[in-house]
Amino acid sequence: MSELKQVRKIALTGDEAVAYAAKQADVDVIAAYPITPQTIIVERLSKYVADGELNAAFIQAESEHSAISICLGAALAGARTFTSTASQGLALMHEVLHIASSMRAPIVMAIANRALNSPLNIHCDHSDVMNARDTGWVHLFANNVQQAYDLTLMAFKIAEDPELLLPVSVNLDGFILTHSVEPLEVLSDEDIQRYIPHIPYPYRIDFDRPLAYGVMALPDTYMEFRRQLYEVIAKAYEVFRDASESFSNISGRLYNLITPYFVEDAEIIVVALGSTVETLRYIARKFRERNVKIGVVGLTMYRPFPEKEIANTLANAKCVAVMDRAYSYGGVGGPLYTDILSTLYKNGIRTMVADFVYGLGGRDFKLMDAEELFNKLVKSVEVGRFGQDIYWWGVRE
Amino acid sequence: MTEIDVNKIIKGEFSWKTLPPAAMVKVPTSLEYKTGVWRIEKPIIDQSKCTKCLLCWIYCPDMAVKRIDGGSVEIDYEFCKGCGICAEVCPPKAIKMVEE
Repeated sequence: MSELKQVRKIALTGDEAVAYAAKQADVDVIAAYPITPQTIIVERLSKYVADGELNAAFIQAESEHSAISICLGAALAGARTFTSTASQGLALMHEVLHIASSMRAPIVMAIANRALNSPLNIHCDHSDVMNARDTGWVHLFANNVQQAYDLTLMAFKIAEDPELLLPVSVNLDGFILTHSVEPLEVLSDEDIQRYIPHIPYPYRIDFDRPLAYGVMALPDTYMEFRRQLYEVIAKAYEVFRDASESFSNISGRLYNLITPYFVEDAEIIVVALGSTVETLRYIARKFRERNVKIGVVGLTMYRPFPEKEIANTLANAKCVAVMDRAYSYGGVGGPLYTDILSTLYKNGIRTMVADFVYGLGGRDFKLMDAEELFNKLVKSVEVGRFGQDIYWWGVRE
Repeated sequence: MTEIDVNKIIKGEFSWKTLPPAAMVKVPTSLEYKTGVWRIEKPIIDQSKCTKCLLCWIYCPDMAVKRIDGGSVEIDYEFCKGCGICAEVCPPKAIKMVEE
C-alpha cells in the first residue's frame, strides 16, 4: 500500500508562488530593479528578507542591466542566485544574458511575460522572452500557478547540476498567472532542502584557487568556446528529466519536456506555450466529447527545444496549428512556428501547418476564442489546406 | 581543475573538448605566456654607456627590464615584446633596437 502523504494546499498568485519557492530554495542573493516593469515577486522576497524569514542579500540595482550583472557575480562567487523581471527589464538585461550563459552562471530568473513597447503596454505576451530565446539560457514555461511554483524549484536543480551549470528562466504569463490567485500544493522546507541542497559551484571565485573569468578569446579559440555552449545546453534534456524525476518523488507531480494532451489519435494538434495551453485543453476536451480528433501540446521546456518529442508527437497529425504570442517581424513567422516548421522539415514530416499569432499586449484568448479557432481548424482539415500560412487571430481587420 | 597549456594553444593543438569550460582558467597565465615570441626587434644594452638611471626599468610596460647586481639592468627576452620604449627613453642612447 502506498503511503499517504499529507499535502499543504494554499492559495497564492503566480508572483507569490514563485517568491515562496525562491524563499524555500533558501536563495543567498537576490538582485533586482524594484520599479516598473518589476513584479510582486521581488516585492515579496524583499519582505521575506526584511522580516528575517529569509537569510539572503537583497540588492536593489539601479537598472536591470546591473541587477543581472550582480546576479552573474554572485553566482560565480558560489551563491544561490535569483532575480525576476519582465518586458523592457529583460530587454535591458539582454547583453548580460549572453554573458551569464557563456560564463556558466547558474542563475534562476522568473520572467513575468509581458509585451515590449511601443505602444506602451504592460500586459501579457511572449515578446520579452522570445527576444532572449537564443541567449543560451534554459527556458521553462508554466501553464498555471502550481507549475510556476514547481518549475522555480526545479530550475535551481537544473541550473546548479554540475553537468550543466547554466542559467534557467521560469516563464509565467504576466497578469494571467502572475496576478491570478490559484490553489496550489506547497512542499515542506525540509523536502526542498533535501531536493536542492546547497552544493558548491565548482568554479567559484576563490582567493586560494584563483581563476581568470570572462577572458578574451580571439578568432583562434572563440569558436571552440561557443561550441562548448552548443554541447552543454544539449545536456539540459537529461538534466531536466533527472530533476523532474527526483521532484516527483517529493511532490507526486512529474514534469515532461512537453505535455501532450489527447494526441495519440489526433488529426489536429495545436502547439502552444504558457497559460493558453490550459485554455486549449479545456476546449479540446469539449471537442473530444463530439468525437473531433483534436489534441494539444504544451512545451514545458522551450530551450533547448524538445525537437525529438515534438517530432514524435506531430508525426501522424494531418494538421498542426502553432500559437505564437510574439512575432518575428520581417521573418517567416512567429518564433514557435519557425521552430515547429524546422522540426517538421528536419524529421521528414509533411503536414498542413499554420501560425496563429494571438494575445499580443494582453489581448485575451478566451475559451470562446479557442472554440472558434478549433472550428476553423476542423474546417481547414475538411478542405485539406489553410487559406494562409500566418493568421493574426483576434485582430480587428 | 582547469589547466591550460598555453603553448598548445599557440600551436593550435586543442579542441573544444580540451579547453576549460567558459574559458575559466587558472591564473597567473601571464607568467606562462611567453610574449617574447611577438618580438620583431630586440633591445640590446651597451653596458659601457649605461648610466644606471633606471628610466628603462620604470617605463617598460611588461616589466621585462630586470635590475641586476651592480645597479644596472638586463632584458628578459622571454617577455620583452620589442616595443622599443626603453631605447626611446634611454638618455645616453645605451639601448639599440636590432632586428631579430
